[in-house]
Amino acid sequence: MIRLHSFSIGYGDRLLLENAEAVFGAGSLTALIGRNGTGKSTLLRAMAGLNRSYGGRIDVGGRDMRGMNAPALARTLAFVTTERTRIANLSCGEVVALGRAPYTDWIGRLRPQDREVVAKSLALVGMQDYAARTMDSMSDGECQRIMIARALAQATPVILLDEPTSFLDIPNRYGLCSLLARLAHDEGKCIVYSTHELDIALSLSDNVALIDSPRLHCMPAAEMEGSGYIGRLFKTSGI
Amino acid sequence: MKSRASFLFIVLSLLLMALFIVDLAAGAADIPLLHVWAALTGGDCPAVTAKIVLDIRLVKAVVALTAGMALSVSGLQMQTLFRNPLAGPYVLGISAGASLGVAFVVLAGVASSLGIVGAAWAGAATVLAVIAAVGRRIKDIMVILILGMMFSSGVGAVVQILQYLSNEDSLKAFVIWTMGSLGDVTAVQLAVLVPSVAAGLVLAVFSVKSLNLLLFGEEYAVTMGLDLKRSRTLLFVSTTLLAGSVTAFCGPVGFIGLAMPHVARMLFRSADHKVLLPAAALVGAAVLLLCDIVSKTLVLPVNAITALLGIPIVVWVVLRNKML
Repeated sequence: MIRLHSFSIGYGDRLLLENAEAVFGAGSLTALIGRNGTGKSTLLRAMAGLNRSYGGRIDVGGRDMRGMNAPALARTLAFVTTERTRIANLSCGEVVALGRAPYTDWIGRLRPQDREVVAKSLALVGMQDYAARTMDSMSDGECQRIMIARALAQATPVILLDEPTSFLDIPNRYGLCSLLARLAHDEGKCIVYSTHELDIALSLSDNVALIDSPRLHCMPAAEMEGSGYIGRLFKTSGI
Repeated sequence: MKSRASFLFIVLSLLLMALFIVDLAAGAADIPLLHVWAALTGGDCPAVTAKIVLDIRLVKAVVALTAGMALSVSGLQMQTLFRNPLAGPYVLGISAGASLGVAFVVLAGVASSLGIVGAAWAGAATVLAVIAAVGRRIKDIMVILILGMMFSSGVGAVVQILQYLSNEDSLKAFVIWTMGSLGDVTAVQLAVLVPSVAAGLVLAVFSVKSLNLLLFGEEYAVTMGLDLKRSRTLLFVSTTLLAGSVTAFCGPVGFIGLAMPHVARMLFRSADHKVLLPAAALVGAAVLLLCDIVSKTLVLPVNAITALLGIPIVVWVVLRNKML
């Protein structure tokens, strides 16, 4: 679904990735791991179309991303950022309904089929009872699920998530990643998420993409575990 | 939820109509409500009364109604765009630009052919042009907010210099303009003010979907298909038409644009701009009419009343919910 081709990105003189090649396929969950500041978020933001100053190309669903405008991209790809979004007076149902924006009319009115998608998206993340509640009274894990439901409502083949587990406790982290795996396998989505949880990344994801600046290694989780890349990269010297 | 909103809209509309009639009755000459009604409907009342109501007070009441709507809607747009509960119609420097234009006319005597209104318009429009030009190159909306504020302060300093250098009479004329007035608009000027504000409101309606997406910030909005440059331009033009026109004709009227969107949010318990936009328009119009009635009764500048009424609301909002 997403293909990086001789992809390079960096800040100023600092090159984070150079000539990276990777393919993220439909129906698979990929964990993006790497040390702090090596470009996990930068790569995800570029793949989400939020940072267009990169070298090489990103193909989404077989099309070059550079040729796609925001509305076209929003029908192909949904993004969940690290930002904590809690808007007073906005119910979970309304949050998820905003995910229908690429399909609704000029003022954003929901059609019956949009309401169906919203209800189905809430049910997929197990939050169907929360539609009328507002996010200011909910836990971080619950909010994260609502934001994922919003991404599902966008009905895109690709979903990208930037550190979706960062505010969650351990059981919730596992719960969330199992949910992502289920969505990838049952709904046929191509899901890529960045994380610091090596354990979760290796045990629950199909593939692992590891940033070893300026290279990107991408392989099935089991193969990654035996490759020695992880041990080398995360070995802390001096302790 | 739906019925609550409908109920509130009906109540607010009735309240607005009532305030409109009371505003026509309030003023230096006491006119009973019955006579106001008669004058409006062409019924039986003294000819002088009809003249006062229709020729003088009606214009002023329409100005209050229009200005209240315009400022409140513009404040709502800016608060959502900048995701800042303390943003208002003037964050982009529109009132600073208008002040500079007026200062040039009144204080320095430059370009006096423009007149106060024309100068204020020109000043506000210049600010918009600068902000829009800069805004197309800047990604981070916070940078635009800071630039707008710095720009306002810089312009304010220039205005101060002009004030310092000017004579007493023109200084007084300028200070009175900054206090805001709903009464100096003529029927002819109204024919410019109302269509400008109406155009701004139409653009505002077209920005409803963008505003809803912008609740989550610009990045989320873009990944949900928002054309950022187009939306920003739409909002900037709309807000200049709304706040710029009102400022040009009435001077900088404070706190309506800042406080009324919060009142609308609290009354309607909604964050959906399909509801908030008409709600803010109604609340803004009703409150500015109320302020006008109070200011006429006490014979005080309207800006003092809007501030005295607006400040407690803003303080309350800040203390009550720290989030937008």
